Amino acid sequence: MSKPVVATTSLAGCFGCHMSLLDIDERILDLIELVEFNKSPIDDIKTFTKECDIGIIEGGCCNSENVHVLKEFRKHCKTLVVIGECGRTGGLPAMRNNNASITECLEEAYLNCVSVQANDEKIIPNDDELPMILDRVYPCNEVVKIDYFLPGCAPRADLIWNALVALVTGDEMNLPYEVVKYD
Amino acid sequence: MSMVIITINGKEFSAKTGEMVVDVARKNGIYIPTLCNMEGVIPQGSCRICTCLIDGRTMAACTTPVSHRMNVETNNAELEKIRTTIVELLFAEGNHYCPTCERSGNCDLQALAYRFNVLVSQFKQIFPTRNVDAKNPKILIDHNRCIQCKRCIRRMGGSGKPAWFSFKDRGHKVKVNIDHELTADFTDEMAQKAMDTCPVGAILKKEKGFDVPIGRRKYDTEPIGTEIEKEGAKL
Repeated sequence: MSKPVVATTSLAGCFGCHMSLLDIDERILDLIELVEFNKSPIDDIKTFTKECDIGIIEGGCCNSENVHVLKEFRKHCKTLVVIGECGRTGGLPAMRNNNASITECLEEAYLNCVSVQANDEKIIPNDDELPMILDRVYPCNEVVKIDYFLPGCAPRADLIWNALVALVTGDEMNLPYEVVKYD
Repeated sequence: MSMVIITINGKEFSAKTGEMVVDVARKNGIYIPTLCNMEGVIPQGSCRICTCLIDGRTMAACTTPVSHRMNVETNNAELEKIRTTIVELLFAEGNHYCPTCERSGNCDLQALAYRFNVLVSQFKQIFPTRNVDAKNPKILIDHNRCIQCKRCIRRMGGSGKPAWFSFKDRGHKVKVNIDHELTADFTDEMAQKAMDTCPVGAILKKEKGFDVPIGRRKYDTEPIGTEIEKEGAKL
């Protein structure tokens, strides 16, 4: 039997959840025995080359590109697992949802922020090639159907490992109290 | 004071008349989850986390006084579902960004979600627009995290003493208001008491936070209520 195929992506996240995935230490060798990776920043495959069994999503949706990638994952993956607070609740990027408009966000990022140094012409990037920023940050389950959620910022490596092994082997998921945390 | 006999989860216990079910359970090592209730503070029964099956009806255990031959069931699948739903609603209603919160790991709302194994809220988040009031020199109030449990209002000041905290506005706009004049000379002890009274991270003592490392915080290794249950195991 061929190995289950896993794809991963980071949407509006910080890559911390992917770091946590790598934090399984030497078990990464067991992981390579267990699964095959397809589209993922880990192996740098940019587009889906085959249908996948498990899609791991980090981060919510803050721009049109995130929505596009998330919908692609739903289309190509049998099971979608959201890891981390940003995908589950919007997380830190969603802090703009309740007290800042897009205009305020863009002006802060490109014009007013103390670290802005060389923008004398006061340009806010607005090229067709750039993804459009959304009106607010959306948790993944507001865009497509998500099958499983693993909380944490970042989720503990043991949580990701336990969940992934359970999904691949079909065993019951073991979620000890110490590893299910929201921070 | 006369005594009564009540049955909790099939076991008989004696209790004083006038005592609330939640307090009798706690004394006998049976944990009933609470949020708006606090030991020593007049109960109000607003959050309904402590909902139990009392004589066949779902009642808030924190505002139900014991009566002779009362029969209480503190936990079953339906009650667990009610409690989980309340926790999920509270998370959806406010702006609870746990990773940024100073109270994370010591927060009662978060601890209840951990205890009920909430992996995601079934409700869509509202993301309401709320502000932070940091005018007081000792404490700050983050309305984003407030769950309107009124613990600060009931415990701090009141009954003859001036009310430091009060509710402002009505309905879904209701929020805790702090009297800046009365609290201008807040001491460190009072600020600490206010922070300890809040079950979430809405009232914070200034210049303090993230002082306990991850892994050693109150609810990092043991679920909320474990202390009470451990006492119960000894009895």
